[in-house]
Amino acid sequence: MLTTQFLLLGAVLFCIGVYGVLARKNAVMVLMSIELILNSVNINLLAFSVRHGSVDGNTFALYVIAIAAAEVGVGLAMVLLIYRNRRTIALDDLSEMKG
Amino acid sequence: MLAQEMTSEVVASTGWFLEHAWLIPVIPAIAFVLIIFFGKKMPMKGSELGVLSMLSSLVFSGGAAWQWIQRVNSVVDGAHEAVVEGAYHAAPYVQPVIHEWTWWQSGGFHFGIGQHIDGLALTLLVVVAFISSLVQIYSLEYLRGDRRYTHFFAALTLFSAGMLCMVLAPNMVQLILGWEIMGLCSFMLIGHWWEEEANSRAALKAFFTVRVGDVGLLIGTAILFFSANNWTQKNLGVSGFNISGLSAWAMSGEASHSALTWGAVALFIACIGKSGQFPLHTWLPDAMAGPTPVSSLLHSSTMVVAGVFLVARLYPIFWEGMKIGDTNINFIVLIGGITIVIAALLAFVQHDIKKVLAYSTVSQLGYMMMGLGAGAWLPAVFHIFTHAFFKACLFLSAGSVSHSGSHHSFDMKKDMGGLAKKMPITATTWIISTLALAGVFPLAGFFSKDEIIDNVGYGGYNAFMIVGLTGAFLTAAYMTRATYLTFFGEARGAAAGIHHDVHDAHAVVDTHTSHDTHVAVDSHDAHADHGPHESPKLITVPLMILAALALTAGLFNATPFGESWERLKKYVEPGSEYVVVGAETASEDGAQAVTMSVASMSVSSEEKVTKEGCAVVAPEAGMACYFPTVSHAPFKWSKAALSLIIVALGLVSSWMFCVQYYTRRNRRLVGLTERNKALRGGYTFLWNKYYLDELYEKVIVHSIAHPIAKAVYWVNQNILDSIVNGAGKVSRRVAGWVYRNIDQRVVDGAVNGSGAAARGTGGALRPVQSGKVNQYGALLFSAAAIGALILVIINT
Repeated sequence: MLTTQFLLLGAVLFCIGVYGVLARKNAVMVLMSIELILNSVNINLLAFSVRHGSVDGNTFALYVIAIAAAEVGVGLAMVLLIYRNRRTIALDDLSEMKG
Repeated sequence: MLAQEMTSEVVASTGWFLEHAWLIPVIPAIAFVLIIFFGKKMPMKGSELGVLSMLSSLVFSGGAAWQWIQRVNSVVDGAHEAVVEGAYHAAPYVQPVIHEWTWWQSGGFHFGIGQHIDGLALTLLVVVAFISSLVQIYSLEYLRGDRRYTHFFAALTLFSAGMLCMVLAPNMVQLILGWEIMGLCSFMLIGHWWEEEANSRAALKAFFTVRVGDVGLLIGTAILFFSANNWTQKNLGVSGFNISGLSAWAMSGEASHSALTWGAVALFIACIGKSGQFPLHTWLPDAMAGPTPVSSLLHSSTMVVAGVFLVARLYPIFWEGMKIGDTNINFIVLIGGITIVIAALLAFVQHDIKKVLAYSTVSQLGYMMMGLGAGAWLPAVFHIFTHAFFKACLFLSAGSVSHSGSHHSFDMKKDMGGLAKKMPITATTWIISTLALAGVFPLAGFFSKDEIIDNVGYGGYNAFMIVGLTGAFLTAAYMTRATYLTFFGEARGAAAGIHHDVHDAHAVVDTHTSHDTHVAVDSHDAHADHGPHESPKLITVPLMILAALALTAGLFNATPFGESWERLKKYVEPGSEYVVVGAETASEDGAQAVTMSVASMSVSSEEKVTKEGCAVVAPEAGMACYFPTVSHAPFKWSKAALSLIIVALGLVSSWMFCVQYYTRRNRRLVGLTERNKALRGGYTFLWNKYYLDELYEKVIVHSIAHPIAKAVYWVNQNILDSIVNGAGKVSRRVAGWVYRNIDQRVVDGAVNGSGAAARGTGGALRPVQSGKVNQYGALLFSAAAIGALILVIINT
């Protein structure tokens, strides 16, 4: 089935995204990894939408794209501010939340 | 029953002005908005907009009246051709020009707005527009330099718009709308000089007293709507608010009688409030606190006439509900009769010229109500018409006197007298209007008032005919007293050129004269020499026009001169003929047919019925009645002579008394009220206005409001407080016990324990909060993965 391949692609992308989030030290790279995760979810939604022959999945994919855009906007703004204050965006240095 | 039915198509002519009569109130309404927003920037501060809008309304209503006359002529001529010669036939019913559009709708009810133009509406439209125009022109001079000049004209214009809107209302909703606009504007105008506390009190009193009656209007409308709606929807295709629908329903013979009676009573209570009838007339004299042009407009053609108009408009409902056709005393005629006499008596003890006129208005409104209550519909409407002219003239003359003659005082005893020589034009117009009001032969009042008295007697209400004649005597007498005090005898106070300190002198006597402080800033010639003199042209010209109409307005329906003179009867009184109602004549979308079917209901010869028409026999199915058959008294000179003699007696005796009392200071008359106990009691009784104000304020308000307040206070002090105190004491004891046992031992223990537990857990979980973003991410994803695993396991 064609959809299976799409689902596999989604799974691969998801794994790459998770790896990026966990392993990368650069905040921008982490954001990009999150984008990968979101888009893998989109591919999943579309694949299931095709399989069940309904447009619900497409609709949700559109929502996800819109929310991802907003999320990236906020995330990049935070990264920018962090960079201005500290001249670095390495996540290892940002440990103020240590309890 | 229908022996022979002759249905012929009679084409009722119409015209542009008739079809667009709804513009008449719209013009001043627009002018109001313009004055409010742009008035202050205009060269004449917005007053020109007001005058212009009233003049154009006058032109529109004049055009509509002219086309209505054409319409009636075409119908009457057509009907005469259609009728068999010699048979008694009811007057043909001329279909009113009705347009109705949906204004708003709610829960399936459509509330319409539009126009209902017939002879009654047009009479009032012309009168209102005419008087409003003259009053606005007069105000240009009278209020010159006033601090709220623009607002005054705005309110005056909206006031007229409200009255015009009410007059041409096709349904009760629009009628209430206009009615309430007038109530609001009367409040604004009476309290125009609200800096004086007395003025704002008078405005509040007018507003609240009228509102007491307005409750009746709402209740009455609701009663009628819910009882009539089914019938009108089924038979006429209109809602139960529709005025012609309500009329037809009332006359159909299918209406529930209790609904009609209670609806009529509720509506009449509204009329009592608005038209200043007996128990609720107390606001009217206090309304004199407003500027004189306002009093003139309020008391001649608008506001107070609204109540009379409502009765005349929904006459079938009152006719059936109050059983006016019978000669038993009904509610309307009783209230009207009482009002005539008590108000006329009150006019004798007033010092204030405007209050004399105010009570005179109340008394004349009593005539109109009595006429309506006794079946004299046309004379009552005619009296509205003539009364508007001479009463407006009287008020404006009084304003002219105070403006230029008595230094802004209205006190006849202190500041007037002998002004006839100084102000010849004002004096002439006043005297003409006084004679017209008293009902002297060729003047306007004679034709209308005498007709009312005559028809009341003819309708079988003999006791009320005597009341009417007494009222005529009293009217002649008190107006002579006012005339003598103002224009004859020796000059006193300001009229003699004496200047007392106006503030002190006026604050004691009456309430509304204190406005001289506001007007005194004006720069016209009135204060050049400070003596009494004639008023400027802007004041005298409206006076002269009104006086000319007071002389001649009676000729519009001069019954004594034969039927050809009875123009109002022909053009205003609706015909009492059975009308065939079809879907096309009463369709709601305003496309009402201009052709109407006249079905002559000839009564078969074996039934010896001499009369036919509505209210004699109930209409058959498919027919409707819009107006009852009212009888008209044939004019007899002998009856007229009686009332003329009574009026002459009133005039002469009052004149003699005034000369003896005020000028010659006859010993036997002066101080009579001090010497004679009965007279003194009567005088005090009248001076205190029958103690009605005391009744309302002290007795009713106190007896209702104070016991309630006292009871509430007692409950508050004794019951609520003891409950609260008791609860407080108990709770303090409980609290003490709780503190010692539960709080200290159980709760504190628990809190301390949980604190220690939290500290331990926190210490254990501390390494998790590393501050490293990647670690948080790892936790998140592993948690998600575990969640996903659980989900998969559960589902498989």
